Amino acid sequence: MGKTIAEKIFAAHLRDTPSPTNVVLDIDVVLCHEITTPIAINDLVSHNMDTVFDPDKIKAVIDHVTPAKDSKTATQGKILRDWARRHNIKDFFDIGSNGVCHALFPEKGFIRPGYTVIMGDSHTCTHGAFGAFAAGVGTTDLEVGIHKGVCSFREPHTMKVTITGKLPDGVYAKDVILKIIRQISVNGATDMIMEFSGPVVDRMSMESRMTLCNMAIEAGGTSGICMPDRVTAEYLWPFIQDSHLSIDEAVEDFKKWHSDPDADYAEELHIDVSDLKPQITYGYKPDEVKDVTEMEGSPVDQVYIGSCTNGRIEDLREAARILLNRKIAPTVRGVLSPATPAIYSKAMEEGIIKIFMDAGFCVTNPTCGACLGMSNGVLAEGEVCASTTNRNFNGRMGKGGMVHLMSPLSAAAAAVAGHITDPGKYI
Amino acid sequence: MKNFSGQALFLDRSDINTDEIIPAKYLTENTKNALKPHILEDLHLDGFNVAEDIIGRNIIVTRSNFGCGSSREHAVWVFEVNDINVVIAESFARIFRQNMFNCGMLAIELPKEDIDTIFALGTDGTIKIDMEQNLITAESGRGNSLSITFTMNEFDRELVKAGGWLAYADSKY
Repeated sequence: MGKTIAEKIFAAHLRDTPSPTNVVLDIDVVLCHEITTPIAINDLVSHNMDTVFDPDKIKAVIDHVTPAKDSKTATQGKILRDWARRHNIKDFFDIGSNGVCHALFPEKGFIRPGYTVIMGDSHTCTHGAFGAFAAGVGTTDLEVGIHKGVCSFREPHTMKVTITGKLPDGVYAKDVILKIIRQISVNGATDMIMEFSGPVVDRMSMESRMTLCNMAIEAGGTSGICMPDRVTAEYLWPFIQDSHLSIDEAVEDFKKWHSDPDADYAEELHIDVSDLKPQITYGYKPDEVKDVTEMEGSPVDQVYIGSCTNGRIEDLREAARILLNRKIAPTVRGVLSPATPAIYSKAMEEGIIKIFMDAGFCVTNPTCGACLGMSNGVLAEGEVCASTTNRNFNGRMGKGGMVHLMSPLSAAAAAVAGHITDPGKYI
Repeated sequence: MKNFSGQALFLDRSDINTDEIIPAKYLTENTKNALKPHILEDLHLDGFNVAEDIIGRNIIVTRSNFGCGSSREHAVWVFEVNDINVVIAESFARIFRQNMFNCGMLAIELPKEDIDTIFALGTDGTIKIDMEQNLITAESGRGNSLSITFTMNEFDRELVKAGGWLAYADSKY
């Protein structure tokens, strides 16, 4: 019997088998941010265990609320900053170089095929786009990860998601993942790794694959994962050129992680996207999804483009297609938050920031901010936001607010129209 | 080990998420105790009044996919600081379930029929968890009682006995 990519990664990192169904893995990268890490740090200090297993394998960023908005968030930043300094964690990103963790860390080349990655953040599944096993964990798992470099998991079961067909113009990875969650529900992939493959994934950029993997958690998945290939190797080339002879050689090397043809899957799902229409959430759960056209005319108060799901350069480019030479509706507040400084800078070079500003958008610094209702665009009671983020839970962007999740193109269309509308009208 | 007995709080809905258990705006707190008054603050259920309904309750009984959403362990801590150390559900989201065991708390999964039976007992009863016998004993306020066996992963059991993953990992790795 062959193995899945997840089984191969687990086998290569096996530290212990504490029960027949549990494994403890060695972790290659422990990622940290200022919301879930400070309590882990304080707890380690209180137990006289304030050490780190390997400062070079720990990466930290202040991203959720930055610059700090009040004394409490300033303290969270300070705890993380002081800790990074005292343990000589060189890859620490603070104001000026910080951005949304799941956009920033891949951009820095920290995530490689075959790696095990944990972070105290549920959207860590994003990093599976690189052919890594990447799981969100709680603070205690994070704490043990920081201290010992290990984490426990149940043995890996995989759902194989094969995506075929050809994406129509104006339909994106975001629409594909919303459609998948619509089909399998918010716990359709619980305790499973979602392995995305097929010709549509093969043609996707790393950015699109990250969008796809980012929302695996919204179906309950432990990690999203894609096979590392030439697209992966080209994205990572600046970081791997010392360890690989050529991109061709890296592509060959990555194949050792690929799932075997006779691998055993817990479940299989096939989706053809040739007729897929732009998707949108209508309720308070990420599986409450419709076609955008079914919500035509539904008014919005705010449009938010950003986050670890859709705050990358290709997302901004797509939204700018609609915003070019147009104004957003006077009843709408538009907020753009490029996910990292590099994306922000690239968008400036390409004239995209100007397109957004001319259209009437406010452009914020890179931060998680409004996605989870912490800063930079919190909703008032009864307000509605068309958002490129990943969660539409009741109160997520502010108590009593409603969030409709959609692609950047659909969000830009809503901004211009002042209500939910088919983005196809504008392209 | 922590206390695993007491009166149940029934939450009759599936997919109760971490934002409903503890909203993100309280994630700026750096102590567990500061979370205490905000338990289930954004959970809206018919007839549910958290301030009244939480009084004297030590066990949550609920439906499927409990704790979905964010990885925030705050969703477990807010139960812990309110003396709730057990959640019994049809199923859990992975991270929430792991966070419970990592804190030496119990996340017990039962088939829907057993959950229905516990719901039918009503709110005045008492539930006891016997970890040695894998047995849940529930007594209603009207004198009815029932026993339900549950299964528990041996590693999860070790975590509970050790008082959580930090103590377990520190002694072993």
